Amino acid sequence: MAYISSGVACSHVPALGVASDKGITGDDYYGPIFRGFEFSREWMEKERPDVIFLVYNDHCTAFDARVIPTFALGCGHEYAPADEGWGPRPVPVVKGHRQLSAHIAQSLILDEFDITIMNEMEVDHGLTVPMTMMFGQPDEWPCPVVPLAVNVVQYPAPLGRRCFALGKAIRRAIESYGEDLKVCVFGTGGMSHQLQHERAGLINAEWDARFMDLLVNDPDRGAEIEHIEYLREAGSEGIELVMWYVMRGALNPNVEEIHRFYHVPASNTAVGHLILENR
Amino acid sequence: MSKPYSDIPGTIVFDSDQAAVGYYLNQFCISLRLAPNREAFRADPEGYIDTFPMTAEQREAALNQEWNRLLELGGNIYYTSKLAAYHGINFQQLAGLMTGMGEDYRAMMVGGGRSIEGNRYKSEWEDK
Repeated sequence: MAYISSGVACSHVPALGVASDKGITGDDYYGPIFRGFEFSREWMEKERPDVIFLVYNDHCTAFDARVIPTFALGCGHEYAPADEGWGPRPVPVVKGHRQLSAHIAQSLILDEFDITIMNEMEVDHGLTVPMTMMFGQPDEWPCPVVPLAVNVVQYPAPLGRRCFALGKAIRRAIESYGEDLKVCVFGTGGMSHQLQHERAGLINAEWDARFMDLLVNDPDRGAEIEHIEYLREAGSEGIELVMWYVMRGALNPNVEEIHRFYHVPASNTAVGHLILENR
Repeated sequence: MSKPYSDIPGTIVFDSDQAAVGYYLNQFCISLRLAPNREAFRADPEGYIDTFPMTAEQREAALNQEWNRLLELGGNIYYTSKLAAYHGINFQQLAGLMTGMGEDYRAMMVGGGRSIEGNRYKSEWEDK
């Protein structure tokens, strides 16, 4: 049977993708960030998941204002990196896992999570930057990906509690899949940041640290963090941290924190990263 | 509709009301993600923007690059940033413009960003 071995939380700041694509990951600005992920790339080589279930948000790329699904599950054969206005990132096409996606879609809906099914979808930096941070610059991504896009652009994003419950349903779905597959779940986005208006540039390192502590050790409590707290304390765009709770819900109640990294800034954002293994 | 976030200073939450008001403005901005649309806008800015039935205020703010005003009129930063990119302005430069800090913005970020202290409530900004 398929099973979930581990979880990764990772910011998806577009500037990190640009830094990788331009080969400036060792400079004074980006060097400290990419060094923070050296451990992670080594860990990933040992972990070798068969599939990555990747929770991210689309930035008006696959979904502009015409269609805004709260939860959209990728069920395609592959997902091409999108042109976000500067040409597509020069990274490999993301291969999907159709059979597993189809199984998860059916399982989730019967489990009362009425997700949207995406058979064709381009993916933006929200998905490809965490892949870059965890795998570097391979010619092909080492395993297929099942993407889950979450609306965090138009308020309200789904509640943290809902994301946590969805993560648990994703786990039930994966664990009822017949083939032996080792699955690693990524929750991406964050940490504290505000990109807009006069309060742009907000960073709240203390809150971010508490958020990570709760996520790891007391997720039942952390999942109850209300939207107003995210908006006020972590910035208007920091609310995307609810996506980390989808990942957390898919893991055991008790996890081991293998790695934690935090850095300010990448562009306008605090970069946060965790690796969690099921105990 | 309850809006407990309306007391956060310097912040326009892109909620359902803002999204409804800003729909055509945002669709105009996001159209600039694609090169053929950027070329059409460059060739005839007014003609191109008039294919999106936005309000006169939104149209003026878009053509004049009034970044905060665009957000107040229903724009969302992930959309307006595409208009900024069209003008060669990246996210960090855009933040410099919206905050009125210009080049100092980058230094603030390198120094750890804008502190949360004094920046939680509008009342904290009134004394400034």
